Amino acid sequence: MTGDGTRHLPLEDLHRAAGARFGAFAGWSMPLTYPPGVMKEHLHTREHAGLFDISHMKLFEVSGPEAAALLNRACPLDAGALEISQSKYTFFLNEAAGIIDDLIVTRLGDDRFMVVANAGNAVEDEKHLQALAVDFDAKVEPLDRVFLAIQGPDAWAALARAGIETGSLLFMHGIEPSQKWFMSRSGYTGEDGFEIGLPEADARDLVAKLLEDERVQWIGLAARDSLRLEAGLCLHGQDLTPEIDPASAGLMWAIPKEVRAAGHFIGADALRSILERGPSQKRVGLKPEGRQPVRAGAALVDADGHPAGHVTSGGFGPSSGHPVAMGYVNTALAKAGTKLFADVRGTKIPVDIAALPFTPHRYRKG
Amino acid sequence: MAKTYFTEDHEWLRVEGGVATVGITDYAQEQLGDLVFVELPEIGRKLAKGDTAVVVESVKAASDVYAPVDGEITEANGSLSADPSLVNSAATGDGWLWKMKLANESQLDSLMDEAAYKAHIG
Repeated sequence: MTGDGTRHLPLEDLHRAAGARFGAFAGWSMPLTYPPGVMKEHLHTREHAGLFDISHMKLFEVSGPEAAALLNRACPLDAGALEISQSKYTFFLNEAAGIIDDLIVTRLGDDRFMVVANAGNAVEDEKHLQALAVDFDAKVEPLDRVFLAIQGPDAWAALARAGIETGSLLFMHGIEPSQKWFMSRSGYTGEDGFEIGLPEADARDLVAKLLEDERVQWIGLAARDSLRLEAGLCLHGQDLTPEIDPASAGLMWAIPKEVRAAGHFIGADALRSILERGPSQKRVGLKPEGRQPVRAGAALVDADGHPAGHVTSGGFGPSSGHPVAMGYVNTALAKAGTKLFADVRGTKIPVDIAALPFTPHRYRKG
Repeated sequence: MAKTYFTEDHEWLRVEGGVATVGITDYAQEQLGDLVFVELPEIGRKLAKGDTAVVVESVKAASDVYAPVDGEITEANGSLSADPSLVNSAATGDGWLWKMKLANESQLDSLMDEAAYKAHIG
């Protein structure tokens, strides 16, 4: 259709029929907004249930007697310690402990795992994992699935109405409810919700059923971004990059102490020395004063005009009712309440370092 | 009598007595989506055609609005500071952006009338 290598979602016709406005993201033509617009879509997700087509993201099944060992090498993870159906937020790290991608790994069986990776890094991730897999008795299989997310306080009830029971599934757990389906209680909004990988035909049936429910609306990528930013969640490529390590990113909670101590994962040595000397910059939440958004790329300075860091994500938080941002600042400044200034087209906008998330998480943990 | 002109950059100008009221078209506000901030120009600023006059910010991005003709800013729509969404709800009315005294009225001749603009956006 476009001939420029842009990839199209299998359900693109449904998004067109729903009146979506499309834009490019990570090589995909993605629905950015639907007729209600980003503000209403965002608020609808927090109040009811938002349906997102996230088929640009990639699912990999890693299986075999040494599947856990392979993942333990690629990620700072003890995959064998996960219970069946347990999910874990983790990363692929490079030798310098830089984050190649952030991922969710779920244990499906004794020697089977599901890895969910970002669209922008899917090709790189697969190459990386396949190259490592040569040394292990394990197989890496990219799956061809439609991937949907349903997020918000009514997500579970809407799924129940569509015939999918979720009662026993808790946050950060994932199961295979039927052949070629993968469903986890997880998401990228800070709300309770689910992510479901499934074959296209099944996806069309499920979408039709879900949209019969007036609590459910399609939500575009623009609101997905404002929702995740309010929830303080990182976007790889902006807030996380191969030049940023988990300590600087404030994501050490994702790495179990024993895993750090054992140091079997790629990047373990580099991460250890970063932790010993302390990261020079840290990721923080930023709350700009007033109404003007402060966006990715803006430089941050302290009260004396000295460089203090930079903004990696920023925009307006529809639920917060004010601009929200995150970025990296010199470690000494990374305390809630510190006042800095962001340079926006030559104007210095005062910003406060703020605790993340801006909107409290409402996960179903038990 | 006021006459309304349109630009290829999706602005409208309503000209009366040598002063133009400028805003973005309904088509433009739809493309931008929900606005959350409008950076208004200083009164008295002199603009050449093509200069950035105003920055409108949606949830997702900041976009420049250019001066469609040469002139001097005489007024900015202060009500947008409290409610930038006026640009979405009333792009060609209460959501106007600024007023400017025209420096060269002959520049208006190169702009479109409403029929031509409608053809332009298809």
